[in-house]
Amino acid sequence: MDIFLQQIINGLVQGSVYALVALGYTMVYGILGLINFAHGEVVMIGAMLALSSLKVLLGLGASPLLALPISVALAMLGCMLLGYGIERIAYRPLRHAPRLAPLITAIGVSIVLQNLAMMIWGREYHAFPQLITNTPHNVGGAIINNIQITIFILALAIMAGLMAVVHRTRLGRAMRAVAENQHAAQLMGVNINRVISITFMLGSGLAAIAGVMVSANYGLAHYYMGFILGLKAFTAAVLGGIGNLRGAMLGGLLLGLIESLGAGYVGGLTGGFFGSNYQDVFAFFVLIAVLVFRPSGLLGERLAERA
Amino acid sequence: MALYGCEKSPTASQDASGDLVVRIGASAPLTGPQAHLGKDNENGTRMAIDDANAKGIMIGGRKAHFELISEDDQADPKTATIVAQKLVDDKVNGVIGHLNSGTTIPAAKIYSDNGIPQISPSATAVAYTAQGFKTAFRVMANDAQQGHVLGEYATKNLGAKRIAVIDDRTAYGQGLADQFIKSAEANGAKIVAHEYTTDKAMDFTAVLTAVKGKKPDLLFYGGMDAQSGPMVKQLKALALKTKFMTGDGGYTPEFIRLAGDAAEGSYASLPGVPLDKMPGGKAFAERFSAKYGPIQLYAPYCYDAVNVMIAAMQKAGSADPAKYLPSLADITYDGVTAKIQFDAKGDLKGGAVTLYQVQHGKWQPLETLGVAKAAN
Repeated sequence: MDIFLQQIINGLVQGSVYALVALGYTMVYGILGLINFAHGEVVMIGAMLALSSLKVLLGLGASPLLALPISVALAMLGCMLLGYGIERIAYRPLRHAPRLAPLITAIGVSIVLQNLAMMIWGREYHAFPQLITNTPHNVGGAIINNIQITIFILALAIMAGLMAVVHRTRLGRAMRAVAENQHAAQLMGVNINRVISITFMLGSGLAAIAGVMVSANYGLAHYYMGFILGLKAFTAAVLGGIGNLRGAMLGGLLLGLIESLGAGYVGGLTGGFFGSNYQDVFAFFVLIAVLVFRPSGLLGERLAERA
Repeated sequence: MALYGCEKSPTASQDASGDLVVRIGASAPLTGPQAHLGKDNENGTRMAIDDANAKGIMIGGRKAHFELISEDDQADPKTATIVAQKLVDDKVNGVIGHLNSGTTIPAAKIYSDNGIPQISPSATAVAYTAQGFKTAFRVMANDAQQGHVLGEYATKNLGAKRIAVIDDRTAYGQGLADQFIKSAEANGAKIVAHEYTTDKAMDFTAVLTAVKGKKPDLLFYGGMDAQSGPMVKQLKALALKTKFMTGDGGYTPEFIRLAGDAAEGSYASLPGVPLDKMPGGKAFAERFSAKYGPIQLYAPYCYDAVNVMIAAMQKAGSADPAKYLPSLADITYDGVTAKIQFDAKGDLKGGAVTLYQVQHGKWQPLETLGVAKAAN
C-alpha cells in the first residue's frame, strides 16, 4: 500500500510539471491553431538560464533563499523574451501561410535552440544546485520531500492564477476573443498582435518555471532535456483536449499518474513481458486509445473555454 | 590485358614531404548524454597521436605522420554503422573505437569485411569478440570477467542476500547485468527485482519505487554514469536504504558530480588495476590532466589502444592493414593501463578488475580481483 501511495505521489509531482508545460502548448493552439513544437526547448532554456544565474549568484555569496527566486525571475524574463522573439521571427510572418509552414518553422526553431544551448552550455549534464533542503517526509509509508511538495503546490497555484487571468481580466477576455474569432476581435478593437505576443510570453514564463522544477527535482539540466518533456506535455495537452486549459491540467496530471503506475505495476502484471522500460510506451498507448474513442480529448475542445 | 606499374597499397598514402601518412579513425559519442565520455576518448586518442608525431616514428624505414579522423556515433548502433562505413571510405589504417558495446558490435562487421583492424578501448560486452572477426580487439577485460567479480564481491564481501537489478537495455548494460546476475545467483543471492530503463532517461522514481517494494539490500545498475548518478540521488530522495553498485560505466568523476552527497558509499568496478599503480600510469594522468582536464574514464585505454596499434605497425614495418594485422594479434606491449596481449578472440589476456568505492567525495580503490584469470 505504501508503495502504491508512493507511485501516486511520484505521478502527481511529475504530472504537475507536465501540466505546466502543456498549458503553454494549449494556450498557443487555442489562439493560433498552431502547435508550437519549440515549446519544449523553451523549458530547457529556462532551466539553463536559471542554472547559470544560480551559479553566478551563489558564487557571489548570495543566500540560497534569495538566489532561487531571483534566478527563477531571470529565467522567466529570459524565456518570455525568447517566446516573444520566436513568435515575432518564426510565426508572425507566416500567420496567413498554409498551416504546414509554421509547423515546419516550429521544428526548425526547436533544432536551432537545442544546438544553440549545446554551444553555450556544452554537451554535458549539469548538476543543479540543491537549494531546498531535501529532507524526506514520511506520509503513510510513502516518502515526499520539500522539493516535491513545493513543485506540486506551486504548480496548482500557478494554474489557478492562470485561470483567473483568462476568465477575470481584460487581457483574458481579449485572449478568449482572439481565440474565438480573430477578425471579429480585431474589429472590436482588440490588438491581436499584442494579445498573441502576450500569450506566447505567458506560456514561455510557465515553461521557465517548469524547467526549473524539473531540474531542481532531478538535480540535473542538459541541452536536450526539453525534447522528451515537450513531447510528453504535448501528449498531455492532446489527452485533455488541446486548446482547453482545464484539459491541459487534467491531461498533465493524468499522464504523470499513468506513467508512474504503468512503470510500477505493468511489469509485474504481465509477468515481466512489458517491463518498466516501456514507461514511455504506456503514455503514448493511452494517447492513442483516447484519440480513437474521443478524438477531441477527454474534456474536448470547448471553444468558449479555450484561451 | 595490360599490366599497370607498381600498385601502391590502397590505404597507405604520402604527403608532400614524402612522409608516410597513417590515418587513425576514432569513434565515440560526441553528442548526447555520454558526450563527456566520448570527448574523453577522443582526447586520449589525440594525445597518443600527438605523442607519436612528436617522437617521429619510423615505419618500414619511412617517417610516419599520423592523422586522427574522429567521428560522432551518438552511442547509437545505427549511426555507428554509418560512421564505420565512412571511416572505411576515408581509407583509415586502423580504428580506435567504439566507446559503447552497442555501437562496437555492429561496426565490427564493417571493419572486418574491409580488413581494417579495430581496437575498442572500452566495449566490454562478451558478444563483441565472440563474432569471430579477426580484426576485432579490445584493451579492457570483458563483462564476463567484470560481472563475475562484481557478483562475487556483492555477495561475499558485502553480504548481499536480496539483490535488485536495473539495466538500460543496451548491449553493455544488459550484458553486464546478466553476467552479474549469473554470478550473484551462483553465490546464493536472490534477485528480487529486475527492472529496466533507457540510456537517455533521467526520471527513475517509478522504477525505484517498484524496487523499494521488494526490499533489496543491494541495487545493481548496468549502464552509464549519466543515468546512475541521478539514479543514486533519487534513491536517497526515496529513502531507499540499499547499497548501490555499478560497473565501469559509473566509475567517473561525473557520477559523483551528478549524484552529489548521495554518491557516498557507492561501489563501481573498472577493468585493470588503478592507474597510479601502473608504471607510467601516474605520469600519463598528470600529463593528460594538464592538457585536457581530469580523466573521465577511458582516455588511458584509448591512449594504449593507439600505441598498441602503432607498435604493431612498427613491428610489421607497414601501416597496411593486411600486413600489420598478424603482428597486432601476437603483440606484447607495456601500456599505461596494463601489459597488453591478446588471446585468440582478440580479448585482453588475464584482465584484472578493480573495485572502487566513493569515500569523502572521491573514488577510492578497494581491491583488485581476478588478475590471473584468463579471459573467457
